[in-house]
Amino acid sequence: MNRVWSVLFFLVPVLGIASVLMAMYGIAPLESAWLPKSLSQAGDTIDQLFNGIHLLAAFILAGTVFTIGWALWRFGGRQDPNAKARYITHNTKLEITWTVIPAIILVFLAFFQMKSWAENKMDRPTVTVNGVSTFKPPMVMVKAKRFGWEFYYAGADGIVETQDDIFIENLLVLPVGEEIVLQMESRDVIHSFYVPELRLKQDIVPGMTQFVWFNAREEKDIEIMCTELCGWGHYMMKADLNFVSRAQFDAWIKEQESAYSPEFKNAVETTASRGEVNTAVPPRLSSASGSQLGFKN
Amino acid sequence: MAEDFVKNSIAPDRKGNVVSRFVWTYVFATDHKVIGLQFLFSSLIWFFVGGFLALAVRWQLAWPWSDMPIFGHLLFAESGGQMSPGFYNMLFTMHATIMIFFVIIPILAGAFGNYLIPLMVGAEDMAFPRLNMMSYWFMWPAFACITLSFFMPEYGASAGWTSYPPLSVFQGDAQSLWLLAMVFVGISSMMGSINYLTTIIQMRAPGMTMFRMPMTVWGMFITAIMQAFALPVLTAALLMQLSDRILMTGFFLPENIAINNGVASSGGGQVLLWQHLFWFYSHPAVYIMILPAMGMVSDIISCFSRKPLFGYRPMVYSITSIAGLGFIVWGHHMFISGMNHTLAMSFMVSTMLIALPSGIKVFNWIGTLWGGKLQLTTPMLFCVGFVSMFVIGGLSGIVMSAPPVDIVIHDTYYIVAHLHYVLFASSVLGVLGAIYFWFPKMFGRMMNEKLGKIHFFLTFVFLNGTFFPMHFLSQMPRRVADPYIYEGLKDLLPLNQFMTICAIGMGLTQLIFVANFFGSMFFGPKAGRNPWNANTLEWTTASPPPHGNFDVQPIVRRGPYEYSHPDTESDYYPQTETS
Repeated sequence: MNRVWSVLFFLVPVLGIASVLMAMYGIAPLESAWLPKSLSQAGDTIDQLFNGIHLLAAFILAGTVFTIGWALWRFGGRQDPNAKARYITHNTKLEITWTVIPAIILVFLAFFQMKSWAENKMDRPTVTVNGVSTFKPPMVMVKAKRFGWEFYYAGADGIVETQDDIFIENLLVLPVGEEIVLQMESRDVIHSFYVPELRLKQDIVPGMTQFVWFNAREEKDIEIMCTELCGWGHYMMKADLNFVSRAQFDAWIKEQESAYSPEFKNAVETTASRGEVNTAVPPRLSSASGSQLGFKN
Repeated sequence: MAEDFVKNSIAPDRKGNVVSRFVWTYVFATDHKVIGLQFLFSSLIWFFVGGFLALAVRWQLAWPWSDMPIFGHLLFAESGGQMSPGFYNMLFTMHATIMIFFVIIPILAGAFGNYLIPLMVGAEDMAFPRLNMMSYWFMWPAFACITLSFFMPEYGASAGWTSYPPLSVFQGDAQSLWLLAMVFVGISSMMGSINYLTTIIQMRAPGMTMFRMPMTVWGMFITAIMQAFALPVLTAALLMQLSDRILMTGFFLPENIAINNGVASSGGGQVLLWQHLFWFYSHPAVYIMILPAMGMVSDIISCFSRKPLFGYRPMVYSITSIAGLGFIVWGHHMFISGMNHTLAMSFMVSTMLIALPSGIKVFNWIGTLWGGKLQLTTPMLFCVGFVSMFVIGGLSGIVMSAPPVDIVIHDTYYIVAHLHYVLFASSVLGVLGAIYFWFPKMFGRMMNEKLGKIHFFLTFVFLNGTFFPMHFLSQMPRRVADPYIYEGLKDLLPLNQFMTICAIGMGLTQLIFVANFFGSMFFGPKAGRNPWNANTLEWTTASPPPHGNFDVQPIVRRGPYEYSHPDTESDYYPQTETS
C-alpha cells in the first residue's frame, strides 16, 4: 500500500513540472495559458525572470517531493516488527547546509531583479530641453471611472489637461517604437490598468497621480483590463488598445481633432483667452455622459 | 463523547431539569474541551457554507451566465437563473471572509488551540475559563451579522474580503454588517490569544519547560502573540471604515471623488492608508492560518515516523522568525498599489527572507520521515500531503515576491493558485490530519481508516486538479465575473471548466468525511487512552478526558519526541514516564 502513496507523491512533481513546461513553451493543450507574447523589451526581461524563477522552483519541487515519495517507498513498507526507527534528533552540518545554500540563492535573486523593477516603475523617462533634463511629458492622460476608461490626448501643445486635449472613450491608439508615458488618475474608486502583452499593471488610486511608460515594438490590437475590483460592472471595464505605425497614428489623431466642431473650438479659445475655466463639452459626447464627466479646467 | 452527550443531555440535573443541564454543559461551557468542540462544529458548518459559495464562483467561471443548478432558479427566476455580476462579487467576497475568519482561524486557534493547549501543557483548564467562553460567544454576533447580510438587497458584502475603500465605503448596508462581524471576530480572537498566552506561560505542568513543549503548543503560542499584536490595528481600521460609512468622516476618502453621480466625501483622507492597516494585520493573519497547522503536522509526522522530530530547536526558531518577519512583509501585497516604488525593494527582501525559515521547516519534516518506521495512517497521509503542498505554495510565493514578476501576476489567478495552495492544500489538509489524529481523544472512538484514506486520495487528486491549473491563468484577472469578454482570455474556458469539475468532485468528496466523522462518533471502535502510542501529555488521560483533564498531576520528565529511544524497550517514551 505504501507504494501507492509514494507513486501519488511522485506524480506531483512529474505532472506539475511537465504542465509548467508545456505552458511555458506553448505545447497543447496549454498553449494559450501562461502569458501572451511579450510586446516590449521590458516585458521580455520580466518573462526571463518569471520563467527563470519557475525553473528554479521546478528543481526544488522535484528535489523535495521526490524525496518525500522516496521516503514513503523505502521506509513505509512492511518492516521487521522488532526493529526500531533510527534515533536521530538533528544534524547540525546538514541543517547549516540547507540554510546557507537557499540563502545564497535568495540573495542573488533579490539583487538580480532590482534592475528590472527600477526600469519598469522607478526610472521615469526624461527628456533634455535646453540642456535641462525634465520628465518626459505624458502623451495621454488616462482617467479611470466606473466602468470605463477616458483617454485625453495632449493636443497641439503637447501637454495633457489643457484646452486642446482630444478626448476619446474606451479606445487607446498609440504609435509603436516610441517610449510612451501615460499619466493616470481615477475619478471614483481604485482601478488598475493592466495590459498583459506589455507586462504592465498599475493601480490607479483616487487622490493620487500615477505614471507608466512602455515601448511597444509591434503593431497589434490588444486590450486593457481593469484588475482592481471596482463594483458590479468591474468585469466589463475594458478598453481597446491599438498599436499602429507613427503615420497611421498621426492620421488618426487628425481625424479625432476634426471631430471637434469649429464652434466648440471657438468657445474653448475665447474662454481660454479670457483666462476663464472652460466648461464646454465636446460635441461628440452625448449630453448625459458629458455633464456627468465634466471637464477639468 | 457520544455516550456522554446522551447522558448529559437526557439525564436530569440535581433539580431535575433536563434542559438546563444540557445548556450549562454544552452551550455555556467553561470547559476548554467543550469550547474547543463548539469552535470545531461551528467552523465545520461554515466550512460547508464557504464551500458552496466557492462552487458557485466556479460555476460562473465555467459556464458564465448560465442557470446554476437549483440555486440559479431559486434566486434569479426573473433572469432565467442567470446570476447578476454583483451577486458574483458577493460570492467571492463571502467565500473568502467565511473561509478565513469563520473557518481556518477559528478551527486552528479556536478549536485545536482550546482543545489541545491545556492538555498538552498539563493544565486542568485554561487560565481564564469564563473569558474562554466569552471568546466563543463573541463569534455569534459575527455569525448573526454575516447571516443577516445574505438577506440584504445586495445579497451580502461585495467589495472583496480586502474591502478596499473608496469602493467599500460606497457599498450597501451589507458592508456595515461585514465590518461589525469582523470587529466581533477580532474581539473573540483577542480574548482567545490572551488566554492562550497566559495558560502557556503560567500553567505548564512541573517539568514542562518551554523547550519540552510540543510543536503544536509552540505554534499556538507564536500565533497568539501575532494575534495580540496585529489585531488592534485591524480593529482600528475596521472602525475607521465604519465611521467613514456612517459618520461621514474621511479617513480613507480623498477630495473630489464622485460615485453614483455625485456622492461627495468630506475628503482629506488617504486611500492607501486602509491597505497598509489592513495588510499589517492580514499578512500576519496568513501565518496565523498556517503556524498552528505546522505545529500539529510536526507532532503527527514525528509520531507516525516513530522518530524524534528532526531539529526541534531550529523548528521552534523558524516559526518564531516566520512570525517576526511576518510583521514586516505586508507591503508585498501592495507592490503595484501606487505606494512608493522604492519601498517595494525592502518588502521584497524581507519577503524573500521568509522563504528561509519556511524552507528549513520543510527540510526538517523530510529529515523526520527519513529513516523512520513510517506508519501510513490517514492523519500521517494528510500531514505528508500538507508538506508536499506547502512546497508548491511556498515556491509560488517566491515567484510572487519578485516585484517585476508581480507586475504581471498581481490580482490574477496565479495569486489565487498560491493562496489556495497555502490555505487549502496546506492548512486545511493539516486540519483534516489533526481531526483524524485527535478524534479518538475528542470522542473516545476511532475514525474509519479505509474511508479516511479514500477521503485523502480523492481530496488530494481533486485539489491539485482544481488549484494547479490556476497557475496557468497568470493573465486572467481575479474577481472578474466574466473573463471571456476579453478576446485574449477566451481560450481559457476549457481549462476553467476542467477546474470546476475537479472542484465539484472535491466538494462531493467531503461528504465521505462527514459520513466518517458522524458515523465514527457513534459507531467507531473504542479508542483507549493512547491509540497511536504517542508521547505527549494528552494521551496519558482518558479519552475523552474528564472535566479537569488529568487524574493525577502530570510530571514532565522529557521532551515530546523521544520515539525509538535507544534506552527503552518500546518505541515510544511518554513525557511523564519514570525512567
